[in-house]
Amino acid sequence: MLKTFAKGGVHPPENKLSANRPIETLPLPARVSIPVSQHIGAPATILVAKGDKVKVGQLIAQSAGFVSANIHSSVSGTVESVDVVLDSSGYKRPAITIVVEGDEWDSSIDRTPDIKTEINLSAQEIIKKITDAGIVGMGGATFPSHVKLSVPTGKKADVLIINGVECEPYLTSDHRLMLEKGHELMVGIQMLMRALNVDRAMIGVENNKPDAIKYLTEISSSYKGISVHALKVKYPQGGEKQLIKALINREVPSGGLPIDVGAVVHNVGTAFAVYEAVQKNKPLFERVVTVTGKNLAKPSNFLVRIGTPVSELISAAGGIPTDTAKVVNGGPMMGKAVVDVNVPVTKGTSGVIVFPATESKRKTESVCIRCAKCVSVCPMGLEPYLLTRMSQRMMFENMEHERVLDCIECGSCSFTCPANLPLLDYIRLGKSEVNKIVRARKN
Amino acid sequence: MDNKFVVSLSPHVHSGESTSRLMFNVVLALTPAFAVSLYYFGLGALVVTLLAVLSCVLFEYLIQKFILKVTPTITDGSAIVTGLLLAFNVPSNLPWYIVVVGSLFAIGVAKMSFGGLGSNPFNPALAARVFMLISFPVQMTSWPLPIESRLKYIDAVTGPTPLSILKEELKKGETISQISDQIPTHMQMFMGLMGGSLGEIAAFALLIGFVWLLYKKVITWHIPITIFTTIFVFTGILWLINPEKNADPIFHLVTGGVMIGAIFMATDYVTSPMHPKGMIIFGLGIGLLTVIIRVWGAYPEGVSFAILIMNAFVPLINRYVKPKRFGEEVKRNG
Repeated sequence: MLKTFAKGGVHPPENKLSANRPIETLPLPARVSIPVSQHIGAPATILVAKGDKVKVGQLIAQSAGFVSANIHSSVSGTVESVDVVLDSSGYKRPAITIVVEGDEWDSSIDRTPDIKTEINLSAQEIIKKITDAGIVGMGGATFPSHVKLSVPTGKKADVLIINGVECEPYLTSDHRLMLEKGHELMVGIQMLMRALNVDRAMIGVENNKPDAIKYLTEISSSYKGISVHALKVKYPQGGEKQLIKALINREVPSGGLPIDVGAVVHNVGTAFAVYEAVQKNKPLFERVVTVTGKNLAKPSNFLVRIGTPVSELISAAGGIPTDTAKVVNGGPMMGKAVVDVNVPVTKGTSGVIVFPATESKRKTESVCIRCAKCVSVCPMGLEPYLLTRMSQRMMFENMEHERVLDCIECGSCSFTCPANLPLLDYIRLGKSEVNKIVRARKN
Repeated sequence: MDNKFVVSLSPHVHSGESTSRLMFNVVLALTPAFAVSLYYFGLGALVVTLLAVLSCVLFEYLIQKFILKVTPTITDGSAIVTGLLLAFNVPSNLPWYIVVVGSLFAIGVAKMSFGGLGSNPFNPALAARVFMLISFPVQMTSWPLPIESRLKYIDAVTGPTPLSILKEELKKGETISQISDQIPTHMQMFMGLMGGSLGEIAAFALLIGFVWLLYKKVITWHIPITIFTTIFVFTGILWLINPEKNADPIFHLVTGGVMIGAIFMATDYVTSPMHPKGMIIFGLGIGLLTVIIRVWGAYPEGVSFAILIMNAFVPLINRYVKPKRFGEEVKRNG
C-alpha cells in the first residue's frame, strides 16, 4: 500500500503531456517585464531608474521587510521603464521593463556546469544567501523561503519534507527537474537540512513518476539523511498539510503552520534554487516552466528568464492553437486564468496551459442535489455545500464557525460537483469577508 | 493573438460528473430488479412501471412549465427515478388511476411544492406510497403471486406476503414452527419468489444494483450496511430470546422493503445526511424503527415509515453531527 493522505481528495485526469520532454533553454526575449511583487508579502523596493544599464543577476529591487523578497534582473540591457504592467493576477502592478542587450552575467555568478557538493557554510550563512538570492516557494505559493527557514523560538523542526508530488494535472516541470538535476537537488536539500538543523529529509513523489522515484532513490544513498517516498496519486497531495499527513502522519492544527508539528516543507524547485544560490552564487532569475495543452503542437518544459512574456513560451511550443479560449498560469486545479498572453513569467509560474474552447467554459449550473460528494472530497473535512449556502446568504460569522479559514482552495469540491456549482468561488468570497471580520476584531 | 480569453477562477477542469449521469446509473442499478419483476409479474409490472415513469415525468414537465413557469428539468432524470421507485413500491396489479394519482402526489406534493429537486424533505416515492396506502388500503395490500399472474394485470391471482402471514398468525397465537409451511424458504425469498411490491421482492437483484451503485461511486456503503446490520442484530437478539415468537434475522432482511429501502430509498441524496457519521446515525434509526414497527406495530411492514420518519431528522443530523475536520484533534504546541 502506497502512502497518501487520509481525508478526501480527487483524481483528475493527469494529462502529463510534456513528461518526456527534456528541459530546453528558451531563447532570450527582446524585453522582459519583471514585477516587483512576485511573492507573498511586501513588494520589493525598486533600486533602478529608466536608462540604467543592468547585468544578469543584478539586484534591481530590494526586499522591503522580513516577509518580502529581493528581485534580480534576469537579463542584461537597459531599463526601458519603471511602470505598472498587467500581471497574471489580472491587476496592473509595478514592474521593471528591461530591453535585452546581449547576455552579460554578473561576474560573481559561477557559470561552470560542475556540481559542487561540498557544504562549508553555517546555517546562518546559508539562510543569508537564500535571502539575498530572493528565493520564494517555487511550487506556486511564492512564500519567501527564508521565512520558513527561520524557525520561531520555542519551536523545533525535526524533519524537512521535500515536495516532489506535482499533483496538479498537466504540469511536469518538477518531474523534469528531479530527473535532470538530481544531484543539484540533493545538495540543495542538504543545505536546507543544515539551515534548519535537522538530520533527515523526506522527498515525496507521486507514483505516476516512477522514473524520478527510481533515479532519486538510487542517488539518495550517497546523501546522508535523505529518503525518497513513492505516494499514491491523489490530488491535492502537494498541499503542505496533506503531504505532511501522507509522509509522517501528523496533522497540522487548524490555523497552524507545519512547524507546529515539527516539519518544514519546501518544493523541489526551491531546493534546486537554493543549490544554485548557495553553491553557484546565482540569484533566482530563471525557472523551469511547463508549457502545455491538448492542442499545442509541442508541449514542452522550458528554462525561462523571469519576466519573459508568456506569449514567447507559447510560440516556442508551436504557437497558440486557433481554438484557444483560455490560458492558465499554473495548474488546472489552482492556476489563474490570464486575460492577456503578454503577462510575464514570475517566480511562481510553474506552468502555462492553453485550453481549447470546448474545455474553457464552465458547464451550466443546476441545483444542489445534496449528493455530499463535495463533503467527501474535501481534504480539510469541511462542508463546501454548507459554506456555499452561507456565503450566498452572507452569513459570514457562521462560515467562520464552520472553519472556512481552513479551506486550502484546492478546488476538489467544484471539480467534483455534479451540479457544476461554483462552490469554491463562493467559499473564496466568504473567506475574504471572514478575514476582514477577523482583522477588524484584532484592531 | 487577440486577448479575448475566458477568465474564471480555478479549478479549470471538471470531473464530468452530472446529475443526469448519477440518475442514469441509479436507473441502471434498478434494471436487474425490474427484469426479475417482469419475469415474475409480467404484464402488470410492465404496465405499472411505464405508467408511473411516464406520469412522473409528465407531471414534472407540466408543473414546471405551466405552474412554476420555469425551464423544465426533466432531462436530469430525477423524475424517472422517482417514477421507477414509486412503481417498485406498489403491487403490480394496482389500478392505473391509483398509479397516476400516486405519481401526482409524489411529484406535485412531495417534490415540487417544496421547491423541486434538492429541496424536498421527504423521499417523494415513499411519501406517495404512504399516501396511497392510507387512501387505497385494499388495492395497496393485495399482492399478486409471482409467476401465476404473468399475463394478467388487474385480475392477477393474489395472496399474502410473508410479513403479513407472520403478523396475522402471530397475532392469533400461532408459533413460528406452526406457520413455517406457509412461508417460502429463505432461498425462495432471496430469489424473490413471494408476494410483494413489484420491485422489492428479489433481494439478489437489488444487491446486484447495490454493487453497481458502489462501483460507480453513486452512493457509499454507510446507509445500506448500517440498516442491514441494525436489523440483523436487533431481530437476531429477539430471535435468540424467543425463536417461536420472533422470525429469524435473515427472514427480516430478505422480506418486504428492506433491500429496496436500504439500497435505493434511504440513500436518496436529497433526503439523507451529508457525511458518513450522520449517515450511520440515519441508518441506525431506520433499522431500529423498521424492526419496532414490524414486531410491535399495527402494520406488518415498517421500512417506508422508518425512512420517512428518519428523513424528518436529516436537517437536525446535518446541523449537529459534523465531519471530523482536518487538524481538529491536535493542539498547537506554540
